[in-house]
Amino acid sequence: MTSYHAPIPEMMFVLKELADLDGVSGLPGNEEATPDLIAAVLDEAAKVAQEVLAPLNQVGDQQGSRLVEDRVTTPDGWQDAYRTFIEGGWNSLAFAEQYGGQNLPWLIATAVQEMWHAANMSFGLCPMLTQGAVEALILHGSPELKDRFLPKMVSGEWTGTMNLTEPQAGSDLSAVRMKAMPEGDHYRLFGQKIFITYGDHDLTENIIHMVLARLPDAPEGTRGMSLFLVPKVLVDEHGGLSQRNDVRCVSLEHKLGIHASPTCVLAYGDNEGAVGYLIGEENRGLMYMFTMMNLARHAVGVEGLAIAERAYQQARSYARERVQGRPIGVGAGDRASICHHPDVQRMLMAMRANIDAMRALVYLWASALDKANKHPDREERERHSQLVEVLTPVVKGWCTETGNEIASLGIQVHGGMGYIEETGAAQHFRDARITTIYEGTTGIQANDLVGRKVLRDQGNAARALIAWMRATDVGDVAGLGRAVASSLTHLSDATDWLLDGGGKNPRLAASASDDYLRLWGVVTAGWLLAKSASAAERSLTDGDGDVEFLNGKIASARYFGTHVLPHSAALLRAITEGAEASLALHPELV
Amino acid sequence: MKILVPVKRVIDYNVKVRVRQDGSGVETVNVKMSMNPFDEIAVEEAIRLQEAGRAEEIVAISIGAPQCQETIRTALAMGADRGILVETEQDLEPLGVSKVLRECVDRESPDLVIMGKQAIDDDCNQTAQILAGLLDWPQGAFASTLKFSDGRVDVTREIDGGLETLSLLLPAVISADLRLNEPRYVKLPNIMKAKKKPLDTIPIEELGIDVAPRVSTIKVEEPPARSGGIMVASVEELVDKLKNDAKVI
Repeated sequence: MTSYHAPIPEMMFVLKELADLDGVSGLPGNEEATPDLIAAVLDEAAKVAQEVLAPLNQVGDQQGSRLVEDRVTTPDGWQDAYRTFIEGGWNSLAFAEQYGGQNLPWLIATAVQEMWHAANMSFGLCPMLTQGAVEALILHGSPELKDRFLPKMVSGEWTGTMNLTEPQAGSDLSAVRMKAMPEGDHYRLFGQKIFITYGDHDLTENIIHMVLARLPDAPEGTRGMSLFLVPKVLVDEHGGLSQRNDVRCVSLEHKLGIHASPTCVLAYGDNEGAVGYLIGEENRGLMYMFTMMNLARHAVGVEGLAIAERAYQQARSYARERVQGRPIGVGAGDRASICHHPDVQRMLMAMRANIDAMRALVYLWASALDKANKHPDREERERHSQLVEVLTPVVKGWCTETGNEIASLGIQVHGGMGYIEETGAAQHFRDARITTIYEGTTGIQANDLVGRKVLRDQGNAARALIAWMRATDVGDVAGLGRAVASSLTHLSDATDWLLDGGGKNPRLAASASDDYLRLWGVVTAGWLLAKSASAAERSLTDGDGDVEFLNGKIASARYFGTHVLPHSAALLRAITEGAEASLALHPELV
Repeated sequence: MKILVPVKRVIDYNVKVRVRQDGSGVETVNVKMSMNPFDEIAVEEAIRLQEAGRAEEIVAISIGAPQCQETIRTALAMGADRGILVETEQDLEPLGVSKVLRECVDRESPDLVIMGKQAIDDDCNQTAQILAGLLDWPQGAFASTLKFSDGRVDVTREIDGGLETLSLLLPAVISADLRLNEPRYVKLPNIMKAKKKPLDTIPIEELGIDVAPRVSTIKVEEPPARSGGIMVASVEELVDKLKNDAKVI
């Protein structure tokens, strides 16, 4: 079994130096979020992650959740862990005080979420889905529905799910067929939903499903979908539980990874129809889904970071212990642990540098979300809201693709032992694999970036963000300032290509979109790590901070600047000269 | 019953302790600090007594630099009612600590003082015993179970030969051993509430006591690195080596 140790100094460094923790603490409503409180919160969350959740990760993978008749049983220890989790108040961390939340910034929620997912991603998914359902209800639900359902969902006494996908409606939600028939003050729902994470489980006595369905007279396509709240067990006006609703788990998927997270097929309305309550207005369901999408996609980006961190910790400790061969250039003497071999050292450095890069990007996004929500100045709110919009698909797409690469490197560091399941490295690789798929595949993220975030506003938001990065003084530690400047030019050129030529041909733009998303990831992360290296050097000069730690920050930025950031030139070329090459053959002959 | 719980800020148990370059002590700058784990057990026990209706008030007390407030806040987040920081930049020895605590006992008049059996930094294991001596109170060190009844506490102690149970008259001083309880996870809302609980600071000078160290540290150094082991061919050779090389038998 492998352990997890929450990297709090790394987190604090990014929070303070790159994600403007002081600025976020200073926002109206965030007065409580002082640095000493945040340190205490991270310390206590770390204990729960390390001691309660992490030890269940492997047993969860091996046992998986099981379906017995129409009830899902979670792995051994899951119920106790969930109780510890909600009794600790962790479920309500970022929600508003008026609903029983702790009202802490999303920036802090993000750091804490990183711990949950790194400790045990299958577990972390449960509160993550609840968070989405809570957001939907807060933003669009009626006061009555909020009163009846929110308090227990905020506390975590009840969990939430998101029901979008149907067998014929995956990435294309316009094909959703689930029916909702009006009946008095509620609706009756009929149909089947698939891929419902934690659609059923034994952790809580009720589960609140958010379900996309069509009314009988609804228009075709995406404009004809409404959002419904469907409880597993019906709830009376006083919040008491009454009878089982007509919704059942009929099957669990057999998956490559995240075995402990039950992925359910839910059957609605096999008998009298499942009672559901309309959220907001009719036919606006998909739009409501979009309002929660940024947070949900960011949360999956956090998973990419988190699983990479876990894979790195495991690879690092193995590489320090496993003795094999003598160091290169030394013919005789003692054998060395494999971390002394340059190629293994390179892999660990690649893991470390990419993790620093992902953490910077993921935290920056959360900081921008807090400012977009709470900054007193309207222009600042808009600027940060633009950043959130442009970077959401980048955080989701780039951090999950990179998370997969890092989890794969984690196995490579182990050599043959990594391929053996008992070692535990393979689980991270398998668990990571879903992150580039759910909550919109990387392809969907890339389309979102190119179509909605760049072409739709003629590149205004993207260009403003590039200009902002250009105008920031990132210093020039280890030549990073110059490297970032030329990479920003590549990003700017690729954006121009999309806006001036490529974007006019939608197939060409779509073909270039994946490389364009990666370009954004590499350049924004490189820009952040240049800042990181400057901040570390400043602290070294001031004699303020742990020298070894700060040197580590500079070294990882330097690795990123020389090994990853230069990809920007190749990506630019792939976009401007290679988009056509991908489409050279007839689609059915590829 | 009112309970006083002394808590010490120490280098976190996960940190690999390093000796300062000049040999004057161990490195504490930029090192993660947290509450002495045995003190955490003491705080937990006090809270359980309060939850069981046996204690009205729990006062957490720490002695040291202003950063010790964080340690007190941890105790407050666990459930202590208020905190006292006796502020000093000086390193105190157990005798000094006990004298400070005696002053605080005089001011607070608790019925019980409970603390960790030792701190994981210097491992002295003296403060509870000296304090009991200074106060002339009964003491129960290395407690693994406490049972309270009218004005008395039965303390089960972990001693070399097994378990020993003492019946003490209150007020008393108790030191907590590892198996007394398992401290709870701090709840997020309680971390937030802890910020609002009262925490008084008393400059150590105000107490007017002599806390000057009685011991001077000449030099601190790393323990010698373990040299590699050797394989022996026979029992005879092993005995010979133990006798003549290691000189342990």
